[in-house]
Amino acid sequence: MHDIHLIDPVTRIEGHAKITLHLDEGGSVADARFHVTEFRGFEDFCRGRPVSEMPGLTARTCGICPVSHLLASAKAVDAIHALTVPPAARLQRQLANLGQIVQSHVLSFFHLSAPDLLLGMDADPATRNVFGLMQAEPELVRRGVRLRQFGQEVIAAVAGERIHGKGIVPGGVAEPFTTAQRDGIRARLDEALTAATDTWQLLESILDGFTREIGVFGDFPSLYLAHCRPDGTWEHYEGGLRVVDADGAIVVDQLDPADYRQYLGEAANPDSYLKSPYWKALVPDDDPRPGMYRVGPLARINVAERFGTPIADGLLDEFRSRVGRVVSSAFHYHAARILEVIASIELIGRLLDDPVLLESRVRAQGGVNALRGVGASEAPRGTLFHDYRVDGDGMVTDVNLIIATGQNELAMNRTILEIAREFVDGPSLSDGVLNRVEAGIRAYDPCLSCSTHALGQMPMSLELLDPQGRQVCEVHRH
Amino acid sequence: MSLVPPRSGGPRPNVPVVLDGEEVSAYEGETILALARRVGTDIPTLCYLDGLSIHGGCRLCMVEVAGDSRLPLACATPVTAEMEIRTDTTALRNHRRRVIELLFAEGNHICATCVSSGACELQDLAATNGVDHIHYALEFPRTDVDATHPKYVLDRERCVLCTRCVRVCDEVEGAHVWDIAHRGNSSTLVAELGKPWGEASSCTWCGKCVLVCPTGALSFKGRSTGEMRHDPDVIEFLTRLRDEGEWVDRQEVSS
Repeated sequence: MHDIHLIDPVTRIEGHAKITLHLDEGGSVADARFHVTEFRGFEDFCRGRPVSEMPGLTARTCGICPVSHLLASAKAVDAIHALTVPPAARLQRQLANLGQIVQSHVLSFFHLSAPDLLLGMDADPATRNVFGLMQAEPELVRRGVRLRQFGQEVIAAVAGERIHGKGIVPGGVAEPFTTAQRDGIRARLDEALTAATDTWQLLESILDGFTREIGVFGDFPSLYLAHCRPDGTWEHYEGGLRVVDADGAIVVDQLDPADYRQYLGEAANPDSYLKSPYWKALVPDDDPRPGMYRVGPLARINVAERFGTPIADGLLDEFRSRVGRVVSSAFHYHAARILEVIASIELIGRLLDDPVLLESRVRAQGGVNALRGVGASEAPRGTLFHDYRVDGDGMVTDVNLIIATGQNELAMNRTILEIAREFVDGPSLSDGVLNRVEAGIRAYDPCLSCSTHALGQMPMSLELLDPQGRQVCEVHRH
Repeated sequence: MSLVPPRSGGPRPNVPVVLDGEEVSAYEGETILALARRVGTDIPTLCYLDGLSIHGGCRLCMVEVAGDSRLPLACATPVTAEMEIRTDTTALRNHRRRVIELLFAEGNHICATCVSSGACELQDLAATNGVDHIHYALEFPRTDVDATHPKYVLDRERCVLCTRCVRVCDEVEGAHVWDIAHRGNSSTLVAELGKPWGEASSCTWCGKCVLVCPTGALSFKGRSTGEMRHDPDVIEFLTRLRDEGEWVDRQEVSS
């Protein structure tokens, strides 16, 4: 007899999902599946559009990380135009991506995950959300909001707006950067850096309370994939990809993202709209699971030797001295995010000091010079690929997008399975158990439909179904 | 059909008219729209453009005239003595809003990703006339994009069939590349009786059609979201230059 536990919807993640837990006859969890139930259709409806519109079109994938799609898309169109963006535009784009990483990671930590981490996994669901956190820790939340605002201001300076800006365009950026913009961001650097390092201290101080979660939240060996400079420095915008294994050994280095089809496969799922990309070399047959690899903050700090900035590198070294060079628990995505926020703020400061940033030539013009272009960059949640084919008139004929969350899909299934095996025991389920399963997913900060639903108190039901699909019992979270 | 005030020394307006309750004087043969604009009364228009012939297709400029059960078009109706005109009533506002909603419903107007967002007359009309919902079923027509021209793109999804491009190409450039083919819901803008634009040998690449387009239907190739800027006022400038041999400072005219 196979019973199914259904957690639907999963709350406080970006987008909608449901989780099914399949029990065996003995009441133990046999399998876990994470389903994305929304269909977006971007790869289809982008066909037949002028390729110059693709950055604006694909940015609509997500209101949290439009900059990531703008960048990957603009880079893909740059490749089709076969042009080199002006140096100032390259720096502006890097600046926007760093602002994007800051604001998204801060949102993930303070708004989505901190209620679990600071109020406790078993806290009353009615207050275990950002509003409860505001009451318990108003100053902390205020600083988090301001830190996110800092990231948004950096984005707005380049893109023109915080969300869905029009400033990142094929060939470069729309406008030169001004001294007023530079000085405005620079004036907030110290506050942002202090808030970020204090957040790190806070996270460190509570880790001891989550020993059990750290042990089962996706603590398994896997490959890690991310952009990385040849010398091992953390990279977020350009260059080659590096893959390391569970021991930190480099599997391959400086792969050209444009060749991704040679090393990445994509499996379609019968029960989810999310594709499962996999590492081809490890998949001998139709089952993609052996090809599991992880992307995102955790992968980036596992792939890179160092950030290349003093404060973040000091904290990273100290963190590694305690947990090891390669960090495998998905729980530590939280730590990786905060470290990346600190490094990003340091790098923003460095970019502001570069006089090239203020140069007035910010856009190269081009036409269709290649019929295919791939753009890749590090989105907050991991490596993002945009792959376009066009006809000679510049009309899009084919689109393939590989989104960070999709690449973590196999790892998320495995994470849920491990958490469920640890915390779920037969049909009696507490809210804390449900939330741990959800929190395991949330550690990956998945961006499912990339719509922005963060409904802390959304009622959640758990159904127990018999083999005929009849409901045996139903548990409401509140 | 210029809306620029005649030079001093010409005839003076002497036709008495009541416009929105105010007694005003119109020129002989002046249209209701020309009179309204001259005295500072705003009547929304879409297909009308200074410097081009009158099409009367969009019907947004309809007004109420006492004693006339129809709603005459301000752009195409000359004033007559003692005419009582209302340009802004609840009924007119409702009619105009519906016209705009129907324009949205029959095309694929996705402002968020359109090249002309922020500089689109249809978008402006929706905003200024209070269109916050479309009460009609959206048609989602299956139209196509013609990007065969090396410099310009025609996106039929965004075309409102105002015929400004047809008229400017015929009347000002003299090339007559454009026409509207078919009828009713099947109406569509075609180059040279249905050729891809890039193969239309009569096209001079002048770009006037792109400059006068009120939406993102015609745009410069390579423009990204919100980057397109049209310049319809250039036609009034050109026709005045041609017909009267006079350079008029365009900023002065628009102010």
